[in-house]
Amino acid sequence: DALEPYMSKRTLELHWGEHHRGYVESLNKYLEKDDILYGYTLDELIRVTYNNGNPLPEYNVAAQVWNHDFFWESMQPGGGNLPILGLLQQIEKDFGSFSNFREEFTETALTLFGSGWVWLVLKRNEKRLAIATTTNAVTPLVWDDIPLLSLDMWEHAYYLDYKNDKARYVNVFMDHLVSWNAALARMARAQSFVNLGEPKIPVA
Amino acid sequence: MALRTLTTRKTLTTFPQQLRGLQTFTLPDLSYDYGALEPAISGDIMQLHHQKHHQTYITNYNKALEQLDDAIAKGDASTAVKLHSAIKFNGGGHVNHSIFWKNLAPSKEGGGEPPHGSLGWAIDQSYGSLDKLIAKMNAEGAAVQGSGWVWLAVDKELKRLVVETTANQDPLVTKGPSLVPLIGIDVWEHAYYLQYKNVRPDYLKNIWKVINWKYASEMYEKECP
Repeated sequence: DALEPYMSKRTLELHWGEHHRGYVESLNKYLEKDDILYGYTLDELIRVTYNNGNPLPEYNVAAQVWNHDFFWESMQPGGGNLPILGLLQQIEKDFGSFSNFREEFTETALTLFGSGWVWLVLKRNEKRLAIATTTNAVTPLVWDDIPLLSLDMWEHAYYLDYKNDKARYVNVFMDHLVSWNAALARMARAQSFVNLGEPKIPVA
Repeated sequence: MALRTLTTRKTLTTFPQQLRGLQTFTLPDLSYDYGALEPAISGDIMQLHHQKHHQTYITNYNKALEQLDDAIAKGDASTAVKLHSAIKFNGGGHVNHSIFWKNLAPSKEGGGEPPHGSLGWAIDQSYGSLDKLIAKMNAEGAAVQGSGWVWLAVDKELKRLVVETTANQDPLVTKGPSLVPLIGIDVWEHAYYLQYKNVRPDYLKNIWKVINWKYASEMYEKECP
């Protein structure tokens, strides 16, 4: 109940306890039967079962396990406010301003058709931040991009608390739930793979 | 089954030489109360589903149609094409839900009563029995990833029954131009979440108690007299 009143205990009980747990158990069942897949780490498993756009049946459950882990860690009690330090600078650099970013993120979340996710990703090749959407269980990992934040836009994520008022859900997420600390930590880790530019070392 | 789809005609008469009539859509009424389908589908869900979800599809469909109309008038091809996904989604949502409301009936008005006549016979022919058909549709409905619909349709060219699924709000014709929907079941989470939570199979098991086979039979007999 730590995320009340923004995300109710009941939602978490169901979303984590039933949906996420269901995905984990299905994945375990699949892996029991297949020795080759069993040997992979979860990240590798997702890439392999995605099969370049022709996903194998294990893909959905594997990806949803990962997606939900990522989503829980993208939120925190007392979240919201603004990102700090390098992340804020990078957002301002790539989106113009934080409010531009927030507007674009909200707009993207609300115009998503059907079930899916909205992400803040670091694009590896273009070396910049971007907002991405994926349908159903797809994750930016399969395009080799590095996700920093995610928002679950499947109806089960918000229906109990907000019914069909998606706008309120997205705004509450941005205002109260999103964990910029997690995003900052992920970006810091990502910078060991993606060079975002020279550090600004002041000249003596 | 007095389900009236009310349509209003809106004409843009800014320029006398450009008298274009754009038909927009309004929410069709249900021929039963929101609570009439309990306990299979709760009154809360029916009200939200009808007044919020379906209405939103209609509102956005009308908006997209106006924008499309505008783009066509201006000869703006790229905007016209860009609007297609919004039209398919929202228009599909309107079409699908309009069929859905007719597919349901309270049990005292025949909901759940198995089909007699030619449709009942065709089901037994194609699937062995009504129960086997229901099991098949439930399995396919439960297997839909994310949001979508499961359909019982008749192929009007081949004159046979088909079970199909569509994703999001794609209308049935996207799976085959000669498919005519007889029964559609909404398996978007909003259709069952408040009552059945994540147990979609329970929703699918129970909805058959309020399925209106009379409507399905009528539609079938129209295509296969």
